[in-house]
Amino acid sequence: MTEDGRWQISIDSGTCIGSGVCAGTSPKYFKLDGGYGTPVADEVDADDEVVTAAESCPMEAILVREVGTEKVVAPLD
Amino acid sequence: MTTVDRGACPYPFSEAQRLDLDPEYGRLRDNGELARVRMPYGGEAWMATSYEDVKTVLGDLRFSRAATLGADVPRTFPLIQTETNLLVMDPPDHSRLRKLVAKAFTMRRIEMLRPRAQEVVDGLLDDIEAQGPPADLVEGLALPLPITMICELLGVPYEDRDKFRAWSDAALSLTAFTVDEIQQGRDGLKAYLTTLVAKHREEPSDALLGELVRARDEDDRLTEDELVQFGVTLLVAGHETTANQTGNFLYTLLSQPHLLRELQDDPDLLNPAIEELLRITPLGSNAGFPRIATEDVVLSGTLVKAGEAVMTVGAAANRDGDVFDHADEIDFHRENNPHIAFGHGVHHCLGAQLARLELQVAVGSVLRRLPGVRFAVPVEEVPFKQGRLIRGLQALPVAW
Repeated sequence: MTEDGRWQISIDSGTCIGSGVCAGTSPKYFKLDGGYGTPVADEVDADDEVVTAAESCPMEAILVREVGTEKVVAPLD
Repeated sequence: MTTVDRGACPYPFSEAQRLDLDPEYGRLRDNGELARVRMPYGGEAWMATSYEDVKTVLGDLRFSRAATLGADVPRTFPLIQTETNLLVMDPPDHSRLRKLVAKAFTMRRIEMLRPRAQEVVDGLLDDIEAQGPPADLVEGLALPLPITMICELLGVPYEDRDKFRAWSDAALSLTAFTVDEIQQGRDGLKAYLTTLVAKHREEPSDALLGELVRARDEDDRLTEDELVQFGVTLLVAGHETTANQTGNFLYTLLSQPHLLRELQDDPDLLNPAIEELLRITPLGSNAGFPRIATEDVVLSGTLVKAGEAVMTVGAAANRDGDVFDHADEIDFHRENNPHIAFGHGVHHCLGAQLARLELQVAVGSVLRRLPGVRFAVPVEEVPFKQGRLIRGLQALPVAW
C-alpha cells in the first residue's frame, strides 16, 4: 500500500564522509551525528528540499525513496 | 587542556618548491599540537596540520569563513577580501547560494560529461601528435581541457579565454604580481562576468549562468552582486585548480617512471592512482583560507579563543600517519584513502566530481596515446610557476 507523499531517507554510512553538506544545505532534514550524516527523521512528507540535499551530497550517499513502493525519488539521472 | 604561550613562527616557512612539502609541517603535525604562526599580513594565527584538527576546523560551523570578509585577518596575500563569494559565506547564506547550482554538479550529471571530455582530449592529443614532439602539455592539454568544460557548463565564450586566464592568474597571485595588478585581475573578472550576466539576461540559455540569472530575476534568490561573484568563482575555480593539478600529476608520473609504468601496465589503476595523486600533491603553496572561531574551541588540547584565526594545511593532513600507512609514499594500491584534497564540511569542493573526471580523462588518455611519453628537457628544467596561491607548472615540455 502506498502512503501518498511520504518519503523515507537513508544514508549509506560506508559512503558518507561526513562533509556536512547535507546538514548545511538542509538542517531541517539532516544533521551530523558522530561525524556522519543522519536524517533528522527517517520518514518525512515529500519536500523538494530533501531532493536538493540528496543531490548535493558529494558522495551520493543519501537515498530517498517513496514509502511503500520503494521507488527512488533521489538521486535521479 | 593547557593554555600556552607559544612563540609564533614566521610564516611561510619557506617558498614552495615544486611539489615538495616543507618538512616543518610534518614536524608540527607529529608534535601533536596546534602550531602558532605569524602571517605576512594580518598578524598571528593558529595552524592546524593533523587530519583530525583540519577536519574539525573545516567541518565545525563554530569556525566561520564569513567572519573573514572585509577583515584584516591573518593571511598570505596582501589584499583584504572585500567581495562576497561562496567561500566567504557561512550557512544559511552559503547554503542558499550553493543550492542554486547543486543540480549541475551532482555525480550523475557530471558523469554524463565524460564523453564530451574524452572528445575534447582526443582532439587536443590529435593536434599534439600531428605537430610532433616536443610539445607543451600545459598549453596543449592541461589548460584547454578544463577551460573548455567550464566554459560550456557556465555559458562563457571559449574565445575569451586569453583574457580571463590572464585576470585569473593575477587574481590568484601571492607574490608574482603587484598589488595593483592583483586588484586589476579581480576587477577585470568582475567586469567581464557583469557583461556576461547581461548577455545571458538578453538571451536566456540553459547554461548555468542563464539558470543563475533566472534564479535572480524570477525568484530573487540571490543579489546581483552575489550572481556576478558566483560567476567569477565558478569560472576561476573551474579551471585554475584542475589545470594545475593535471600538470602536477603528469609531472609526478614522468619524474617517477616506475609509477608511469605501473599505470601503463594496469590501466584499471587509473582511478585509485588519481585519488592517491590527489592525496600526495600539495595544491596550495601555503596554508588554506583562515577561519575565525566564533566561540572558544579546544583543538588538540589547545584553547582557541573566540575571535582567533585558524589556518588549515590540507596537504599535511593528507600525510597524517595516524590515518595513512606509509603516508609519505605514493601507493596506488592503498586500501583506504579518505584524503581531504577536496576539503571537508559545507565548503567541500563543489566541482570535485568534474575535477576527478577531467583528471582521469586527461591522464588516462596521455598514457594510452603517448606510451613513450617522457620529459623533453632535464627534469630540473621543467619550470614551475612561482609566487602563486596554487602550485602548478609554467610548461610541461614532453617528447614521446
